[in-house]
Amino acid sequence: MAEPLAVEVEGLQKRYPKAPANAVDGVSFTVERGEVFGLLGPNGAGKTTTIGVLTTRVRLSAGVARVVGIDVSTDAVRARSMLAVVPQRNNLDRSLSIRQNLIFHAAYHRVPAAERNRRADELLELFGLTDRAADKVDFVSGGQAQRIMIARAMMHTPRVLFLDEPSTGLDPAARLFVWDRIRDLRDQGVTIVITTHDMDEAATLAERVGIMDRGRLLALDRPDALTRSLPGKTTLEIAMAGADGGLDQAVAELERLHGVERLERLDPSDGHVRLYVTDDAPLMVAPVATALAAHGITLSDVKIGEPSLEDVFIGLTGRALR
Amino acid sequence: MSAPAATARTSAPGVFMAVLWRDLFVTGRELPVFLAQVVLQPLFMLFVFGKVLASLGYTRPGYTHLLFPGVVALTAMLTALQSTALPLVIEFSFTKEIEDRLLAPIPVALVAVEKMVFAAMRALVAAMCMFPIGILILGSVPWRAAGAPLFVAILLLGTLCGAAMGLTMGTLVPPNRITVMFTLVLTPLLFTGCSQYPWPSLARLPWFQVVTAFNPLTYVSEGMRGALVPAVPHIRPPLCIGALVLSLAVFSGVGIRGFMHQAID
Repeated sequence: MAEPLAVEVEGLQKRYPKAPANAVDGVSFTVERGEVFGLLGPNGAGKTTTIGVLTTRVRLSAGVARVVGIDVSTDAVRARSMLAVVPQRNNLDRSLSIRQNLIFHAAYHRVPAAERNRRADELLELFGLTDRAADKVDFVSGGQAQRIMIARAMMHTPRVLFLDEPSTGLDPAARLFVWDRIRDLRDQGVTIVITTHDMDEAATLAERVGIMDRGRLLALDRPDALTRSLPGKTTLEIAMAGADGGLDQAVAELERLHGVERLERLDPSDGHVRLYVTDDAPLMVAPVATALAAHGITLSDVKIGEPSLEDVFIGLTGRALR
Repeated sequence: MSAPAATARTSAPGVFMAVLWRDLFVTGRELPVFLAQVVLQPLFMLFVFGKVLASLGYTRPGYTHLLFPGVVALTAMLTALQSTALPLVIEFSFTKEIEDRLLAPIPVALVAVEKMVFAAMRALVAAMCMFPIGILILGSVPWRAAGAPLFVAILLLGTLCGAAMGLTMGTLVPPNRITVMFTLVLTPLLFTGCSQYPWPSLARLPWFQVVTAFNPLTYVSEGMRGALVPAVPHIRPPLCIGALVLSLAVFSGVGIRGFMHQAID
């Protein structure tokens, strides 16, 4: 028998009572085992609701959602034994210490006592929490709470780990630490589904990204494939030297160059311009240099800009991500 | 770290016990605080009504013996109610710390049942504390071995029923209203539950007798009198048990539904 996919979502719909529109409106996607999958979109796009359905905390209105082949709406109990959730908000047990949070979580999942002690020690070490193991969770920082929640989630060795906005509100160092731990988990073969409104996070961590807006999945592909799908979004920023009188003519000629979609003068007084090109940007460097040489101008600096997932989102929706 | 285990560990009784163990563990660590919390109110009630008023001659001899079962009843039911209602509101709305247990491999309704069982256990401890306190304040408390089975039955039903009422309140009342609701519900419950007077004697105040008949606490108080001081006129025990079973069924039904509603969007 073939191993089931880590996550399967088909025609998922969720309408909250009294809501004017569907929070999730016909979303379908699958996540391979061992994959890091990202759902990218602004707040209110339906990402958290989608995760909520997959983690059995939100009842779906229509469609099918499966985790490791288990239907989450008909067999929620078994599904819960296969998955773990790191929520957006700190929901650690404040009556317990950091270590006890891990231990009790494992007990709820029937991990035998000896194994849960061993795993707690391992995970505390891995997450840099050993020194603070006996502390209450009341006064931990946002970054520490996030680390504790990821460690707690791993206590019952879930097959699929759902992280809802894993680095929102974290400082840059804490964010990098969390990203590193997520990569560690991926290396161990855990399937990871993250939601984020941060394009860097999606582009850095996820092998495939689904872009969501207003309850719909607008695009789904590898981050580089998504950005490549945008024509005229690769940019070439150049600085020109030796341009005294002929700058305007030279710029006009660059604009007419084959493969240049648009030209933007970064500073009208000097020779800094940005070219939006349809072809591969590196291939455009030679024609640009040749065109400039005819006017006695040389290139003094070249910078190639790749389009971001933010540009993809704007291309799809006409709006910025935030 | 070991590779992800492939086995699903889903045994409902085991998970239930782990979830119950968490609550017992947390309470056990704060035992003195817990005892002070639940014992103070009945202690003062016993002291003022049973000792002060009696010493001053405002109550008839023998009143303390009909008051005591009522105070045990009140402690049992209201401790259970308070042990579910407010903690649930806090866990669901503010700390969200119940979420980790809602994600345990166990039906969500059983997490609600665990909350009831745990609250009933707290209330049992509190009710049993009334015996040493009663002896200390009143000198002696009524007890009959023959009444023990009825006492146990009423105590269990009363605590569970109180817990179910708390579950209903804690899950149906909006979080921002819970403190108001507490005052609005708890005070009338406290004084219309026949703890301080036997129900049959209310025949002289018929409208109030009707009001008290709607308070489940009345049947706990009266059942306790049936077990401990059968000489005092009281509602017949089978009727008390019937009324409590009915209340338990209704409130746990509504409460568990309310809990599921809160737990799953």
